[in-house]
Amino acid sequence: MTTTTPPVAAGAQDTNGPSTRASRVRKRLNSRTATVVAIVIAVVWTIPTFGLLVSSFRPEPQLKTTGWWTFFRDPQFTLQNYQDVLFGQASGSGQLANYFVNSLVITLPSVLFPLAFAALAAYALAWINFRGRDWVYIGIFALQIVPLQMALVPLLSFFSRGVSIGGVTLMPAWNLDGAQNFAQVWFAHTCFALPFAVFLLHNFISQLPKDLMEAARVDGATHPRIFRTIVLPLVAPALAAFGIFQFLWVWNDLLVALIFAGGSDVTAPLTVRLAELAGTRGNEWQRLTAGAFVSIVVPLIVFLSLQRYFVRGLLAGSVKG
Amino acid sequence: MNFDFAAQAPKLMMLLWGLVAFAVVVGGLLILLDVVPAFFARRREAQLVAASAGGGVPLPRRTKPREGLFALFFLLPTVLLLMIGLVVPAIRTTLLSFMDGGSQNWVGLDNYRWMFAEDAIVRVLINTLVWVTLVPLVATGMGLLYAVLVDKARLESLAKSLIFMPMAISFVGAAIIWRFVYAYRGEGQEQIGLLNQIVVSLGGEPRQWLLDSPLNTLLLIVIMVWIQAGFAMVVLSAAIKSIPADIVEAARLDGVTPWQMFRQITVPSIRPAMIVVVVTISIATLKVFDIVRTTTNGNYDTSVIANEMYNQAFRYGQNGQGSALAVFLFILVLPIVIFQIRNLRQQRREG
Repeated sequence: MTTTTPPVAAGAQDTNGPSTRASRVRKRLNSRTATVVAIVIAVVWTIPTFGLLVSSFRPEPQLKTTGWWTFFRDPQFTLQNYQDVLFGQASGSGQLANYFVNSLVITLPSVLFPLAFAALAAYALAWINFRGRDWVYIGIFALQIVPLQMALVPLLSFFSRGVSIGGVTLMPAWNLDGAQNFAQVWFAHTCFALPFAVFLLHNFISQLPKDLMEAARVDGATHPRIFRTIVLPLVAPALAAFGIFQFLWVWNDLLVALIFAGGSDVTAPLTVRLAELAGTRGNEWQRLTAGAFVSIVVPLIVFLSLQRYFVRGLLAGSVKG
Repeated sequence: MNFDFAAQAPKLMMLLWGLVAFAVVVGGLLILLDVVPAFFARRREAQLVAASAGGGVPLPRRTKPREGLFALFFLLPTVLLLMIGLVVPAIRTTLLSFMDGGSQNWVGLDNYRWMFAEDAIVRVLINTLVWVTLVPLVATGMGLLYAVLVDKARLESLAKSLIFMPMAISFVGAAIIWRFVYAYRGEGQEQIGLLNQIVVSLGGEPRQWLLDSPLNTLLLIVIMVWIQAGFAMVVLSAAIKSIPADIVEAARLDGVTPWQMFRQITVPSIRPAMIVVVVTISIATLKVFDIVRTTTNGNYDTSVIANEMYNQAFRYGQNGQGSALAVFLFILVLPIVIFQIRNLRQQRREG
């Protein structure tokens, strides 16, 4: 019952033909079942998104009265939904173009800050010898388990009232308004991302060849120099992996933005606006479908073009431990 | 077409400021660490030269570059941010959970008692339990099934991308996608939601899926499974591919059926990866908030702890009760993580 049938055995098929044939048929049937099941799963997974995409291009009256699958019988195509939801002036129209800019402004620094700080920290934890190194690493690693819900209430009051212990002000109140509120969101995202970022980058940076580092030290290179000229180029794929992680997480985040961006149209990102539209205009499908796609398209492009790095980061973070 | 570019200017200014501040901090730190030791090294060299030339000048003390100092500066931003952003707030939240709504008076365990006495909150706790049992099991199961099915198949990477794609979609976007699947229109009208259309074409009556408890909780769980199965599939697929080929070949020569192969070779080999996947998805599920908020806003008995925490603390101004829920969430996560850490250590010892 081997999988490869040698050509010689073909002649012998007469003697044990029935059983071999039966097993071969069964095997083909098995693999056919497997293929069918796989295709069914793939279709079930893809159809909801596909339906929404098709819907977002259908004219409002059609969209609200007939199912999106009728599109193929009666194809009517319009960009009006996108036009409305992005640039419309009516209060309920979405004005998503504005929120799109907010999402960009929130995401860029929220990816860069933790990336740089965590890379520095991960390098120190991996390649600088100092007392208590393991304890610092364990401490940062352990912070991953703190749900960010635990930090929300006090962090918000830090921003509005500052931090003071025993009458000594450690951090003054921020008193931000308008676009300055972005700083709060950046700060929150950076803090919340750091434990995982340090953990992930440490996995990569600590695996660099020891000889390389020692050779550089012997040549008299300082730590900042090694970090800049040796470590950063070598772990670029890991930086990309974390960058994508953090990008998707920040772009798709609702909770942090809801609390720290203040919900106004000056600082709130797409997700906040979209959740709002879903709540107040849950039956305005022409806006919801188009709006959902506006918010999905950027992460989807990033994801599809950089999938390779993303997967690599995923595996380093979850399988190796 | 109406888009006010002038209105975007302050935001872009803010972005610029953020980036400049960032460059100053990180660049400044690196340059400082590079320049200052080099400066001292040069001065020492000059002193040495002076000492050897002048004869009488005593040799300067040898200054060794201090490793600890470097580490301190490299770690400073991270440790500082973690202290301000996570450690101190988490401690404060724990304290707040023993105080009343306005964080003025100590109330002892009242908030925790409230959690288990209030029917609505008990419902929330039960829902969370259902989420955290079903999502990891079903998502991991689906992921594993699919990973096995498409392993070495034609178009494998395309097939994987299709399942993996929802990972890139926000919970809010996913919730809207599925709300559309569950959409309802009155009987006799043409349905626009796929699920009701299927039910109708099978001769059933359309239903308001998201209003009927407990079915609605299960339908929300479907959304989370839809998102997380791709993660499970990718990790498990990588684990399957790393099973040594000779083991698989030996088993095949012994004439095992595909099912035996799966039970006796595949599953035991990828058990560590499966544990990681289940743990990761469990933690993500406990914290999930966006799906519930966007689909039902926690109404119709669908709320979960993370959503209720937001409601209590930020909508009703009940900081004490919100904090108690957050602490409870932390307590739920804790054993899962300890379990994972023990597992990892065991693996290390064996490996």
